[in-house]
Amino acid sequence: MIEVERLTVRFGGVTPLDAVTLTFPEGTCGLIGPNGAGKTTFLNVLSGLVRPVAGSVRAFGEDLLRITDFRRARWGLRRTFQQEQAIQRLSIFDNVGLVQEHCGGSRGSRRRDVERALEFIGLEQLADERVGMLSARHRRLVEVARAVVGEPRVVLLDEPGAGLPDEETEHLGRVIRRIPEAFGALVVLVDHDMSLVSGCCGMTAVLDFGKVIASGPTNEVLRDEHVLRAYLGTEEQV
Amino acid sequence: MATGKALRIQPQTSARAVAISALLLFCLLALPALLSTYWVKVLTAVAIFAVVALGLNLLFGRVGLVSLGQIALLAVGSWIAARLFFLTNMPFPVVLLLTGVLTAAIGTLVGLPALRLSGLHLALITLMFAGVIAIVAPTTNFPNGGSGVLGHTESSSGGLVVRRPGIAESDAAYFRYTVIVAAIMFLLALAHVASKTGRAWAAIRQSEPAALAAGVNTTFYKLYAFTLASFMTGVAGGLYAGYVGRLYSYQFSGARTIDSVTLLATVLMGGIFSLWGAVVAALLQQLLPALLQNWFAFFETNPDFLLVLFGVGVLQVLVTAPEGLVTQLPRDLRNLGRLLSRAVRRVGRSPGSAT
Repeated sequence: MIEVERLTVRFGGVTPLDAVTLTFPEGTCGLIGPNGAGKTTFLNVLSGLVRPVAGSVRAFGEDLLRITDFRRARWGLRRTFQQEQAIQRLSIFDNVGLVQEHCGGSRGSRRRDVERALEFIGLEQLADERVGMLSARHRRLVEVARAVVGEPRVVLLDEPGAGLPDEETEHLGRVIRRIPEAFGALVVLVDHDMSLVSGCCGMTAVLDFGKVIASGPTNEVLRDEHVLRAYLGTEEQV
Repeated sequence: MATGKALRIQPQTSARAVAISALLLFCLLALPALLSTYWVKVLTAVAIFAVVALGLNLLFGRVGLVSLGQIALLAVGSWIAARLFFLTNMPFPVVLLLTGVLTAAIGTLVGLPALRLSGLHLALITLMFAGVIAIVAPTTNFPNGGSGVLGHTESSSGGLVVRRPGIAESDAAYFRYTVIVAAIMFLLALAHVASKTGRAWAAIRQSEPAALAAGVNTTFYKLYAFTLASFMTGVAGGLYAGYVGRLYSYQFSGARTIDSVTLLATVLMGGIFSLWGAVVAALLQQLLPALLQNWFAFFETNPDFLLVLFGVGVLQVLVTAPEGLVTQLPRDLRNLGRLLSRAVRRVGRSPGSAT
């Protein structure tokens, strides 16, 4: 469980996160909102790339903000980015292996851990292929493998299906849905694709201009009048 | 299972190892016998600068850190080595090792800004370091066997020659010695690139935030890259001291600060994504000027004109082949070979050829 209380981030005069309070209980949780709502800033705070001016983040009872940025991965916090970060010149195996070895995974379990992650995404046969030679769909799956290798406790996925056609996004959604059961991790999914979010997430929170405007079961949140107005651009009645 | 392949030695890898061993043996056994002393000396400089270029190749190509202070570090390494040679009777390899370690300590200090800076700002800071060394070197002079901390004497009887290892006193033997040390440095680089460290560097080069999120201690690995590159450059400095025998400040004076920029240009031209790029860079930096000066009187009187060629060369590589000559040249030669064989076949098939 992740409990966030009054989390505030300021960049000069801009407040991308304004006293955000929300809870992600378990399974796969969604975080949505229009462009500039503060979703990526929220993930950046969790991964230690941005320091908040106020507020707290507790993950499984631990104060996440007190852990040094790179040590959070060792603690079990993993994430993907909007832009692909797998290294094109390295093989799939090495791309996934580098996360395992820098997250405290032992040398002895390296092969087993990486193979488990690759089997999970279904690319174990391509382990020795360079990432630069892969299709966009496979590259996106490698990003997921990098986020689940070892013993993840929280997996943050920032628009994992960006740029993928619908049928490939559906496949990615099936993979994401299996993460909590396969690895016992809590998944936070940020995406603009409503079918992906509603297909994967039991609960969803919505950010708009740095504030939480709705939070709860995904099907209810997506019908919420404030969400429709803010996120989907419904015209206000005069 | 496909992943099992990683455990087996690929046939390509074996073939490459055989080719590299053959090339190394050719350099060690045949080259000194085939070439005059002048060209053996030029190739010794190539081997030394290959190690310097290797340091920059690692920094820039593997981690994405630009340093314009590598030639200054070479001067520091040469200074330390010369002082150790005159001050102690330690064996040559021990002096090389110690020089590498001490230069690494200084290089690590220079690399500290890299923890906060990158790109142009880091390049500027390291260039300023080169500028400082270019001022300090003429002011303090290089050790030449004198007493005191600086070890420099102005007396005409002073000026000892830096000793070479007992087994490599002649130019040919010293060339062999240098090639072996350079090969060890390349193996050291290769071991790092293929290890956890190399993968951490690759992650940092890709994106520092993503590397942090993947658990990479970016501060440590960036600084370690500077330490390793400085160690190698220090060892190269020790070899350089033995190579020239007497060190003079004009070799690293302010006017030679440009050498650090030229080094970056040749490293870029050689190719930053392959360790072989460092060898090509050293050939461009040391062999090409010697060849041009040998062939054309113009380059003998205008050696700095080479900068113009390097400028064009960098432009060519950046525009047409960012992976450098080390990849571009074989590819272009293959294409040329294919074109020629196609042309020969066409001529063979033409009606006129039947007569």
